[in-house]
Amino acid sequence: MTQRFFKALMTSAVLSVGLAGGAYAAECIAPANPGGGWDFTCRQIGKIMYDIGAVEKPVQVTNMPGAGGGLAYNHVVSERADDSDVIIAASSATTTRLAQNAYAGMTADQVRFVGAIGADPGVIVVAADSDYQSLGDLVEAIKADPGSVAFAGGSAVGGFDHLKPLMILKEAGFTDITKVKYIGVDGGADAITQTVGGFTQAMTGDMSEVVSFLANGDIRVIAVLTEERVPGFDDIPTAKEQGYDVVAVNWRGLYVPKDISDAKFDEWAGKLQQVADSDAWAQAMVDNGLAPFTKVGGDFQAYVDGLVAEINAMSKELGVLQ
Amino acid sequence: MDILANLALGFSVALSPFTLFLAVCGCFLGTIIGALPGLGPSNGVAILIPITFTLGLDATSALVLMTSVYYGAMYGGRISSILLNIPGDEPALMTTLDGYPMAKQGRAGDALVLSGVASFVGALLATIGLMFLAPSLARVAFFFGPAEYFALYLLAFCTLGGMASNNQAKAALAACMGLGIAMIGVDSSSGLPRLTGGNLHLFDGIDFLVAIVGLFAIAEVFFFIESHGKGSSIGVKLDKVRIPWKDIMSTKWTMLRASFVGFIAGILPGAGASLGSFLAYMSEKSIAGEKGGFGTGVAKGVAAPEAGNNSAAGGALVPMLTLGVPGSGTTAVLLALLMTLNITPGPTLFTERADVVWGLIASLLIANVVLLLMNVPMVKIFVKILSVPAWVLLPGVTMISFVGIYSLSGSYFDLLLMVGFGVLGYILRKLDVPTVPVILGILLGGNMEDALRRAMTLSDGDPTYLFSSPIAIGLWIAAIAGFVAPMFLRGILKKPQAVTD
Repeated sequence: MTQRFFKALMTSAVLSVGLAGGAYAAECIAPANPGGGWDFTCRQIGKIMYDIGAVEKPVQVTNMPGAGGGLAYNHVVSERADDSDVIIAASSATTTRLAQNAYAGMTADQVRFVGAIGADPGVIVVAADSDYQSLGDLVEAIKADPGSVAFAGGSAVGGFDHLKPLMILKEAGFTDITKVKYIGVDGGADAITQTVGGFTQAMTGDMSEVVSFLANGDIRVIAVLTEERVPGFDDIPTAKEQGYDVVAVNWRGLYVPKDISDAKFDEWAGKLQQVADSDAWAQAMVDNGLAPFTKVGGDFQAYVDGLVAEINAMSKELGVLQ
Repeated sequence: MDILANLALGFSVALSPFTLFLAVCGCFLGTIIGALPGLGPSNGVAILIPITFTLGLDATSALVLMTSVYYGAMYGGRISSILLNIPGDEPALMTTLDGYPMAKQGRAGDALVLSGVASFVGALLATIGLMFLAPSLARVAFFFGPAEYFALYLLAFCTLGGMASNNQAKAALAACMGLGIAMIGVDSSSGLPRLTGGNLHLFDGIDFLVAIVGLFAIAEVFFFIESHGKGSSIGVKLDKVRIPWKDIMSTKWTMLRASFVGFIAGILPGAGASLGSFLAYMSEKSIAGEKGGFGTGVAKGVAAPEAGNNSAAGGALVPMLTLGVPGSGTTAVLLALLMTLNITPGPTLFTERADVVWGLIASLLIANVVLLLMNVPMVKIFVKILSVPAWVLLPGVTMISFVGIYSLSGSYFDLLLMVGFGVLGYILRKLDVPTVPVILGILLGGNMEDALRRAMTLSDGDPTYLFSSPIAIGLWIAAIAGFVAPMFLRGILKKPQAVTD
């Protein structure tokens, strides 16, 4: 009897050891549970790096969920600051939270941002039977009566999904942004459900979140927040061509610890560039509704710094940051 | 018949010797995972995901293996609920209420077989429901806005009083403690941390698995230490296993009703199997009325939550596959698996990846039959894993609790928290305060608050918005009735026995 019990124990022990194995290979930390965008970044980039020979051993993916990426950030800053074998998945959410001081006082200059190699374009969506035919209609309705339109999005109040419509409204000259109704629900699919159900009038999110609903005919995308129209979705107008010069994409990229050598940093930047140039990544982007968005190395750090400053200013205005 | 043709396609995918072998392995592993306290289905599936990649399985095989584990864990959870009074996973919580008293009456075998059959009925009906209704049932979610969700959660809390304790005030106190604990973490409506003391580990709030394992498993260990390991109530003996035809026949309507209730609960995003088993148990309890003797170890009290949680497990797959909205923690992990396999769930999945969907449905049907065969005649094997002496089992339970909780976030902080909850559970049980409402408060409190806050945002703070739809009004009436009725009926109702011995 006890023997069987120990067998069960051994099984779990073997399982856990199996997970922890593979030391010395590069490690990619996904600061979230399996299944999200950060996990995708680690698994896809890690796999492609190995497949194209940029790294010798398969990249080990570690999931370190907690505090919206804050736990992983803290771990890297305080315990792995000079570890050159670790890369960490990042996205717009990382910079948004850093800008809003949501990582308990840690700042964006405590790590180095290597680059982004793809982006999920921001979208503004209405139900298929909605009266709002264009972004202009929606903006004018809010200008006339801010309470008449409520947005649903997958991020918390003050999160990136919330900021997207606010950026558009500011561009349109509407400054009273605290009047705009927004509810944060559990992910983009939930936000669409609320919008199609008529509980909110519009949804703000990422292209990848709306693709399957779009194909099903439940919704209309009235604007995509990119410079150019997105390949494969050529009938969706950009906000820019509708007269609102707003670009808001959820980029997918990596950061590394701060104290690694410049040579090591450049090495990672080079590997990331190789992934960006690969056919496998091009295919992965198409499969997951990502648009090309490549900024690697020094350029990217400047982009991140600009983004942090912009979001910081807007968050103060919105009152989510003192 | 489209469905028959689709099903034939599904079975052609799922019925190869290799996938059958995977289904059997998955069912066996799943049952063990479910039965071991602390290792819930979401942990189990999460731990096994890397194995599917290591083995290089294709999408269908990986799905067959993982869904077998998922259904297996739902079956397995009942074993430790009945024999140890420790729910093997969180949906099996309700099974302890009648399963353990039944086992103490020397009918552990009957309880296990009966709950196995109930699990089969629930899971089978849910799979059939998934098959026929998934494409259209996905639309149900469109009728649930913040006001409706708030009323739904309220219903769950209001009916708690009469269920968890023979003292409603204590149950209400426990529920409030749970709600209070649920407040910890980043407030999703403002993004500001609450009650975290600046500790990053608390920003995501307290994982309910940590609370469950602490309140149940670790508190159990403290009680064991207190009694110096002698005469522990743990480990009910299982003598003979035969099929209790009489109980099965007498609970057939219970199983059908509970399956229906559970399935509906499973479809609602965020509710999941726990709410399914809870609602199934509560509705059966109210149907049975005073003569039902729920809480004393009656067959219906065992059959209802098991049918309910297994059908909710099937129901939870509906929003996951059709909307990409997981209905429970475990389906969230399965969703992760699908995404890693480059399958994006959504309304078009049924047309675009018919082979995957129908292969999955066929494998659910296969897994269900395998599980019935495994769990009824072979239940003794699983029981033996659990029926070792308490002085061996409890250190084992402790170890698995620690490993399981550590695997959640890989942080020792959760372990400290878990021990803290163990102490809390010990104190609460000494004071005869039920721990089930604490768990439900933690589990549903955050969602309930979010629903209320969203409703208030949409309505500019107008409370009448909460009663603005027929669905919401219906749920409010049921909630108020559920809370008020037991107060008037208390004198008439036979007091249920406390389950905290």
